[in-house]
Amino acid sequence: MTALLRTEGVGKAYGGVHALDSCTVEVEEGSVAGLIGPNGSGKTTLFNVITGYAKADAGHIYLGDRKITNAAPDRVFGFGIGRTFQLTRIFASLTVLENMLVASPNGRAAARRRAMEQLEFVGIAGHHAEPAGTLSYGQRKLLELAYVLVADPAIVLLDEPAGGVNLSLVNTIADRIRELNAAGKTFLIVEHNMEFVMGLCDRVTVLDSGTVVAAGPPAIIRTDRRVLNAYLGEDLPDNDPHPGEQS
Amino acid sequence: MAHQIYQAIVDGILVGGVYALMAVGLTLIFGVLDIINIAQGVLVVLGAYLSYELSTRLHMDLFLGLLITVPAMFVIGVVIQWAFIRRLRGRERTSMTLLVTYAVALIIEGILYEIYGPNVKQLNASYVQSSVHIFGFYLPYIYLYGFALAVAVIVAIYALLYRTRFGRSVRATMQDETAARLIGVDVNRVAAITFGVGVAVTAAGGMMFGATNSFNPNSGYDLISRLLAIIILGGLGSIGGALAASVFMLTVESLVTIWSPEWAIVVFYAALVVVLVIRPTGFFGRQPVRAQ
Amino acid sequence: MSAQRAVSGAALIVLVAAAVAFPVIFSSPVVTNYAVYALIFVAVVSAWNVFSGFSGYISLGHAVFFGSGAYAVGIAAKDWHITGTGVFALLPLAAAVGAVIAVPFGLIALRVRRHTFIVITIAIFFIFQLMAYNLNSFTGGTIGMSAPFLPWSPTTFNDRFYYITLACAAGAVVMAVLIRRSRFGLQLRAIRDDEDRARGLGVRTMRVKMTALVLSAAVAGLVGGVWFLYLTQVLPNTGFDPLFDLALVLMAFLGGLGTISGPIIGALIIEPGQLYLTIKYTNGYASEILLGALFLLIVLFMPRGLVPTFGEWVRRARTRGRPVVPPPASQRAAPPSGLRSEEPATSDEGRRGLKAARRRAGRAT
Repeated sequence: MTALLRTEGVGKAYGGVHALDSCTVEVEEGSVAGLIGPNGSGKTTLFNVITGYAKADAGHIYLGDRKITNAAPDRVFGFGIGRTFQLTRIFASLTVLENMLVASPNGRAAARRRAMEQLEFVGIAGHHAEPAGTLSYGQRKLLELAYVLVADPAIVLLDEPAGGVNLSLVNTIADRIRELNAAGKTFLIVEHNMEFVMGLCDRVTVLDSGTVVAAGPPAIIRTDRRVLNAYLGEDLPDNDPHPGEQS
Repeated sequence: MAHQIYQAIVDGILVGGVYALMAVGLTLIFGVLDIINIAQGVLVVLGAYLSYELSTRLHMDLFLGLLITVPAMFVIGVVIQWAFIRRLRGRERTSMTLLVTYAVALIIEGILYEIYGPNVKQLNASYVQSSVHIFGFYLPYIYLYGFALAVAVIVAIYALLYRTRFGRSVRATMQDETAARLIGVDVNRVAAITFGVGVAVTAAGGMMFGATNSFNPNSGYDLISRLLAIIILGGLGSIGGALAASVFMLTVESLVTIWSPEWAIVVFYAALVVVLVIRPTGFFGRQPVRAQ
Repeated sequence: MSAQRAVSGAALIVLVAAAVAFPVIFSSPVVTNYAVYALIFVAVVSAWNVFSGFSGYISLGHAVFFGSGAYAVGIAAKDWHITGTGVFALLPLAAAVGAVIAVPFGLIALRVRRHTFIVITIAIFFIFQLMAYNLNSFTGGTIGMSAPFLPWSPTTFNDRFYYITLACAAGAVVMAVLIRRSRFGLQLRAIRDDEDRARGLGVRTMRVKMTALVLSAAVAGLVGGVWFLYLTQVLPNTGFDPLFDLALVLMAFLGGLGTISGPIIGALIIEPGQLYLTIKYTNGYASEILLGALFLLIVLFMPRGLVPTFGEWVRRARTRGRPVVPPPASQRAAPPSGLRSEEPATSDEGRRGLKAARRRAGRAT
């Protein structure tokens, strides 16, 4: 199977710090790929570079056959890559439904119908008329997932979809991802929650200090010595203050 | 003609020193607090009026009077920050502080107008009128003293920032407010004091401005436009940049004045717009964070 | 729900009827003068709000469009020798001038971050004021321009201008309402909340912002032309008045930035007040001091403006006991479970929002 998304030798430095270094990651079409690594390993930076929020200093990004290196965020979106953020970014003063409509391409009635469908899919349709700023943290995560989906992207990049939410919601999110994947959507997921990743992903790539140290099926990765070294044992919860900064 | 040009350059450098004195406070405040203090122009004028009062009522020497006006302006600055600016938070903070300082500027201007009316004043001293005559150029004493003062103030601020513990807190806050808080820096105190220092410096700037220009309460508008252009050109937050940009801009204006006095000020506005579009951080400024 | 709509529909009809009947009831030219000015500002602030209120880019340079519209009518009337009521045909020109100027204005100013944007609009404003002073042969320099004579009696003059400005104000408000309800308006508001995120979702942000600016500028230019004809004179510092934009900002903030009715109410409150002070204290700066003080008070005590705050009191009264709605635009999300750390919301509203969010988390997801 061909790789739908491929980063090849991507490098990115912030001042003297190499957030990414010869980073090569492949995501096969129709798979659920995981991206893990300790804090500061460059996972969110890689997302930023792929989606155009940061410029790559070296290397290239390919979507299928098309080279999309350093394309602007709105073009990346147009190519069919959707993305969520580690700290949920929603439009707080717009209603939940309006949030959905920002991303939708179609005309009035069709857009609203599709938006409501997505809201029901993630389970927050009841709040459609409320300002998104009033949603709880978990609900915002669901909203972000929903509006990324509304434009039907070919591949969805999820940045810590299970972070900071309770267990039942984590399972809900995992179920939704499985359903969407069964219908053909490709996912690349950054996560710290090991059970979530191992239970969901077909293939896991491990980053450490900006480079790939291991890649393979979850069962293999789990016992790989290099991965264990990279993590140095305990996995601490995240503490990044700004979206877009390297994680 | 050539002599005229050289004199214009000399004038520009000297006047640039005066403007540097006014701009340094503004850029410090922005660099540390992310605040564009529109009131700076009118605060300079306030400083000029304070010096005026001291020199006409108490017959104090202008430079000596700074010993009083500088602490007074420091207090005024702290009060402004504490009362109005401290509470502003959130994503639109920088825009909001801009509007708030604009409002403060209006109030101060209005009060000054009510007290002094529209008639212009100028500060006087023996050295204001006289100049030293070197190589065929006129170098007014007041400007020489002023330039020296500007350099002294800049050196003092550098010393404050880089040699004191307080300065370390200021620089920490400048780089990352949350991190600074986490290591025990009292961010509110740093903010208030920095704002105070930024305004205190305008006391010196105000005295110099008042000694070299006739002023009235309306002078603030013209001033703030120039100062904004200067600090943005020099780089928001860069003190050395403020000095360099002041000298540069004033020299250019001085040269343009030879041909067309009324359009000379356009130099500032045009430079402001051009720089902001091409290189929004100015020549020495910090790199912006990408997200708004 | 439909009872509410019936009530607001009826209220609207009453309002329109009152507005139309106003000069008949209050026939003194002094009173209609206040009304004309108020309506002028209702129109301009609604136009300003369409751009700045919805997108979040506070413009302190709208006087550029207003003044340019005024001068355009003056210059055209002089050069093309138009007199009498024919001058009104020049108003579309004023709108066009405003729109055309908005294009380079926006291309230059909209590339930068929001606070820098404000500074650029100030700079462009001063450039235009300077041009008005210096381009003597074109703009009349410090003498300014005069409008052609209109053969109307004072009462008729004020009454007719009342209806003209009423039409402008109504048009501006209708435009604002239509935009707010449209997809275009949605994109603008998304830009205000999180511009980068909107870009990432495919919104053509530059195009959207430019369109809003051009529409806003066209209306401002048109109203500038009307104002010139009413006042019969424009000078560099009245057409390009540094306090003009601050007054607009104040009106919008007082009423509620981004809402439709907010700026209207703000204009109706402030403009007559300001006019009164200017007439009473002709040489003083009282209105300036008050403008500044009022703005500070609003920012400190009622930052969201009258309409949202009032709406909230009503809501709280109606739904007693339920949690307060946290303020939308300017606060970051506060995670209820406290697992994620974010910059702590330290303002009062942020704290309330945090408490509300915690309370909600205590219940279901």
